[in-house]
Amino acid sequence: MAILVFVESAEGKIKKTSIEAVAYAHALGGPVTAIALGAVDKAELEALGKYGAQKVLHAADEKLNQGVIQAYASVLEKALQDEGADILVLANSSLGTPVAARVATKIGASLASNVVDLPQTSGGFVVKRSIYTGKAFAWVELKNQKKVIGLRKNAAEIKEVGSAAQVTPYAVTLSDADFATHITSSEKATGEVLLPEANIVVSGGRGMKGPEHWGILEELAKTLHAATGCSKPVSDMGWRPHHEHVGQTGVKVAPQLYIAIGISGAIQHLAGVNSSKYIVVINKDPEAPFFKAADYGIVGDAFEIIPKLTEAIKAAK
Amino acid sequence: MKILVCITHVPDTTSKINFTDSNTKFDTTGVQFIIGPYDDYALARAIELKETSGATVTVLNVGLADTEPTLRKALAIGADDAIRVNAEPTDSFFVAAQIAELAKGAGYDLILMGRESIDYNSGVVHGIVAELLGIPSISPVMKLDIDGTKAKLAREIEGGKEYLEVSLPFVAGCQEPIAEWKIPNMRGIMSARTKPLKVVEPKTVDSGVKLQKFELPPPKGSVKMIPADNVGELVNLLKNEAKVL
Ligand SMILES: Cc1cc2nc3c(=O)[nH]c(=O)nc-3n(C[C@H](O)[C@H](O)[C@H](O)COP(=O)(O)OP(=O)(O)OC[C@H]3O[C@@H](n4cnc5c(N)ncnc54)[C@H](O)[C@@H]3O)c2cc1C
Ligand SMILES: Nc1ncnc2c1ncn2[C@@H]1O[C@H](COP(=O)(O)O)[C@@H](O)[C@H]1O
Repeated sequence: MAILVFVESAEGKIKKTSIEAVAYAHALGGPVTAIALGAVDKAELEALGKYGAQKVLHAADEKLNQGVIQAYASVLEKALQDEGADILVLANSSLGTPVAARVATKIGASLASNVVDLPQTSGGFVVKRSIYTGKAFAWVELKNQKKVIGLRKNAAEIKEVGSAAQVTPYAVTLSDADFATHITSSEKATGEVLLPEANIVVSGGRGMKGPEHWGILEELAKTLHAATGCSKPVSDMGWRPHHEHVGQTGVKVAPQLYIAIGISGAIQHLAGVNSSKYIVVINKDPEAPFFKAADYGIVGDAFEIIPKLTEAIKAAK
Repeated sequence: MKILVCITHVPDTTSKINFTDSNTKFDTTGVQFIIGPYDDYALARAIELKETSGATVTVLNVGLADTEPTLRKALAIGADDAIRVNAEPTDSFFVAAQIAELAKGAGYDLILMGRESIDYNSGVVHGIVAELLGIPSISPVMKLDIDGTKAKLAREIEGGKEYLEVSLPFVAGCQEPIAEWKIPNMRGIMSARTKPLKVVEPKTVDSGVKLQKFELPPPKGSVKMIPADNVGELVNLLKNEAKVL
């Protein structure tokens, strides 16, 4: 049961969710080969060995520096064949999920995305998926010999199990059809903690009153090394960029800690945060529905509490 | 231009989710069904394209007869005709195979879907359909402009956006702010009653996945309230009880 893991990188660094994918594959038990596409730091690739990859393939063709879905799917199809691997594991993301869909179709694999835990294998290979936007789970049997598994954040625990892996260059042949879509440009926040990957998220709602008040919230986020998020009306009004909008129709997060400030806790917002391990709610209204979904709550004014909280965290460090 | 819009029939976003039959069936008691919110964006953009460049818009759902009011709603919003593949949408591959079967050779210039369904949340149907048809797929699309046989799109990526160009035909999974949701007006509702809604039987597909059972998350414990003048206690609890700092 050889396993291939597609690892994604950003600014040369392997994404944490991809390291989780390697840890997941290791826990499945097969020999694990990781494959990275485009420019990635060599030391980062070698380090994948520590988390369970016996072998690391690097397709460094510069055409792959941009995440072109069809091209990536073609490379992975070939790599699965070359490695004799039956299982592909990857992290769900704006690139990983569509690539998984295409690869699974090419190789005739059973496909599951949004997988949240290791499979049960006593009667078949059965994975647990998150459904109804985090409101429920489904146990789904993957019946085919070939399987493609897309993981949601926190589906596996990262543990050091080995030492640095050997990195082998992986040559690819790409066709024009692989590049039918042209990425003409991109805008990307750099150096910030990205919302879908963050361990801590500090999120603000309409209770923050206006974009000019986000400074204190960003200061709190910086102190916690957290990503910033917001509710839908906040991004609709253009107070914050769209990619920060959390909820049913936005980003679904699964951090260790979600701090919601001035957000009422509408069911559509909760749908995006209910996989968080701990939730802190700060709201001036004691009746705000969000308190029912919280682990810790403070009733009070955001503009008084946020600076105090930032100070208290700095003091505790 | 011919546009196919694939829509889901899903529980309203405020629905409480429950299961029956020892956690093997979705409990529809008291649940309102809607067009999937992302599919609604896809449909809205298709109707805009129809208004600006004279496209025809077909809506498609893979589902049993109870989804017809949802298809009629799409017709009321402005789609020209509807197709229902008469089958339970058991999983993404099954659904995608039905859609691809209908689209094959039908000459659609554009196939629009939602970025994901809000019941299965797979985010893969567009990719599978596109692979089966051998055309590009792009998702989640926030902006879509057509100029002749070429399209310009913006796609959301982690922490930003990517701009793309592609030739028709292709499949797009849509999300806001691609268009504003449209609400049917009285004239739309009246005309929807007589617009064609074709029912076709599914093709046999072995999708390789089988649902075993559903599960609800454990109920949340009660919230610990901390007085506003004791923020230090919150930090203490986060550090020593939750161990997240
Ligand atoms: C189909 C659909 C999809 C949706 N998807 C999403 C989604 O993905 N994400 C999302 O967020 N919403 C979504 N919504 C919208 C959702 O229903 C709510 O309208 C929205 O979440 C409310 O945002 P809010 O909590 O910021 O604002 P409000 O509901 O206005 O709440 C503001 C809160 O701030 C508090 N407050 C005010 N002043 C202060 C202060 N000084 N200090 C502390 N607290 C203060 C108030 O007590 C209140 O609780 C969706 C709606 C629909 C219909
Ligand atoms: N049963 C269905 N009938 C028609 N379209 C569907 C169906 N299921 C999913 N889709 C389309 O595929 C998109 C992605 O769905 P999913 O892969 O399930 O997240 C949805 O937003 C719809 O546009």
